[in-house]
Amino acid sequence: MSTRIEQIFAKGRPAFVAYIMGGDPDLATAQDVMNALPGAGVDIIELGFPFTDPMADGPVIEDAGIRARKAGTTLASVIGMARTFRETDQSTPIILMGYANPVYHMGYEAFSELASKAGVDGAIIVDLPPEEDGPLREAMDSKGMSLIRLATPTTDAKRLPKVVSGSSGFVYYVSMNGVTGGALASGGSVREQVARVKHASKLPVVVGFGVRTPERAAEIARDADGVVVGTAIVQALHQDGKDAALALVRSLSDATHTAK
Amino acid sequence: MDKPTTNETWPDERGRFGDYGGRFVAETLMPPILELEAAYAEAKVDPAFQAELDYFMTHYVGRPSPLYFAERLTEHAAKETGSAAKIYFKRDELNHTGAHKINNCMGQLLLAKRMGKKRIIAETGAGQHGVATATVAARLGMECIVYMGATDIVRQKPNVFRMRLLGAEVRAVHSGTATLKDAMNEALRDWVTNVAETFYCIGTVAGPHPYPVMVRDFQAVIGHEAKAQIMEAEGRLPDALVACIGGGSNAMGLFHAFVPDTNVRLIGVEAAGRGVKSGLHAASLTGGTPGILHGNRTYLLQDENGQIADAHSISAGLDYPGIGPEHAWLHDKGRAEYVSATDDEALEHFQLCAKLEGILPALEPSHAIPRTLDIAKELGSDGLIIMNMCGRGDKDVFTIADALGEDIAAGTDG
Ligand SMILES: Cc1ncc(COP(=O)(O)O)c(C=O)c1O
Repeated sequence: MSTRIEQIFAKGRPAFVAYIMGGDPDLATAQDVMNALPGAGVDIIELGFPFTDPMADGPVIEDAGIRARKAGTTLASVIGMARTFRETDQSTPIILMGYANPVYHMGYEAFSELASKAGVDGAIIVDLPPEEDGPLREAMDSKGMSLIRLATPTTDAKRLPKVVSGSSGFVYYVSMNGVTGGALASGGSVREQVARVKHASKLPVVVGFGVRTPERAAEIARDADGVVVGTAIVQALHQDGKDAALALVRSLSDATHTAK
Repeated sequence: MDKPTTNETWPDERGRFGDYGGRFVAETLMPPILELEAAYAEAKVDPAFQAELDYFMTHYVGRPSPLYFAERLTEHAAKETGSAAKIYFKRDELNHTGAHKINNCMGQLLLAKRMGKKRIIAETGAGQHGVATATVAARLGMECIVYMGATDIVRQKPNVFRMRLLGAEVRAVHSGTATLKDAMNEALRDWVTNVAETFYCIGTVAGPHPYPVMVRDFQAVIGHEAKAQIMEAEGRLPDALVACIGGGSNAMGLFHAFVPDTNVRLIGVEAAGRGVKSGLHAASLTGGTPGILHGNRTYLLQDENGQIADAHSISAGLDYPGIGPEHAWLHDKGRAEYVSATDDEALEHFQLCAKLEGILPALEPSHAIPRTLDIAKELGSDGLIIMNMCGRGDKDVFTIADALGEDIAAGTDG
């Protein structure tokens, strides 16, 4: 039996991965947006859960987290969004994304139990590098979920095999050093970087950080198995509302799917 | 220097003090952290590095700092109970730049020089670590950027100006509570973005491994000196050591040499703000629970959902919701005791120390004074205490004037 994540990459076209912040600006609105993402061409949903000290995020996602927390959003209520989503969609993978402390505080076992029952497929925990992710990985493994690891430009040749060997589902390649929403993508090719990761792993490689436009998404999708966009979508939702955000998502997913 | 060998093996190779410590950082920062760990391990055993550090510690920082018998404070303690332990101050406020912080900056920036890094970043709360970093960076000809919460910029104005005079760029941080923890977030963001050329000089015994052990080692000079000095003055070890705790570097610096001496009580004083029960405090061990923040697992102020709670203290240097992992471990093992002092107690004892000893203590060590008096009374006249006078209070005069309702700025800018 293949997982939801494997089924996406088995389609043979680049996957479009959209990040939204759970509970931004409130749970009901975020749920509406989440439920509409597959219809706008999203293959995998990265669902953020807020943390007070998001050290790897730029101001756009930090502010989204602040709005979400003001509205009372917690890790448990974001997992609740996944549960509601699963009532009407059984095929789109959901990956929770955030920082370690809320998960640690809930307890790795309790988190894995709650998330798997809600239909969550995996998690990306920014501040759990391979050296520290063992206990959570075991807890998630036992529930059939993936803990997805990040590879970055600083991950050197010696370290890369170790980093990717413990990933499951896919490998997330962070295409630049910096925080989310940081520098605009330079426009250069990511071919060599993706090849470097692929050389070390058989898993699909998705590329994120700094992608904002359909043109850039298409450029990356030519070389990678998937493209992640976060900041641009979060910003559109905040500034221009749900319809504008979904229109942006549609243009990004079309560009990604037809890139090759 | 004769160092005890039994406690040189902490932490383990993963940077763990028991359950605490570790390296909880984004993947981008793992390679530079491993590089730093290797460079520090090399430098630590290199006699040339130690000789250079010793040279600067003696001629630039002004070490050793005196161990001073605070006679009138001792008399004051004895007044109520009839007898009190002798109180000594370890005078690290006499260091160049006015606090213990420079011990660590000297070590880290010489290491940065050795690693070929010329761009230094730092976070600061009270501004003392920022000033010390800016000072050493100027001396070693390095670029220096200091992140400081906007709230702290207001309450530590003199230090902000000092940093600028020293050629550093001070960047205001407006996110979160705009205090020390937010400055640290911003410094980590800078590091992740400019990773190749940047050296992050953390100001306390917190952060990802190897920072807690490296900063402790650079601060341990305080306790090594104090041990030799008290032996010379009194012919025996003290009964208790007392130090204030923000992240815990001046306390670890004083404690480290004495950890194997189990007859010596180690007492850390956290900031109780308006009282631990009020919820408005910065006492992570007294009022917190274990969690993960800023690269390490340790005790944190947090809510029931694992969100970090705001810390509160009149002292910008103690206004931090976490504590170094080695303290968390010493706490759980029962080797060290952790107590607290409120804003009001700190203010009162700042004034007491000024009038009795002619020393303006920083607001941070002002928190240690009331608990030192308690212990002096408890021990009685046979007892011996060393308190770390880790900083001087010149930087705090505006905050204190404000708290006392006096307008000392009038006439200067109005
Ligand atoms: C004089 C002084 N003491 C103490 C502290 C708190 O730090 P730590 O607990 O690391 O010594 C500071 C921090 O700025 C300080 O300036």
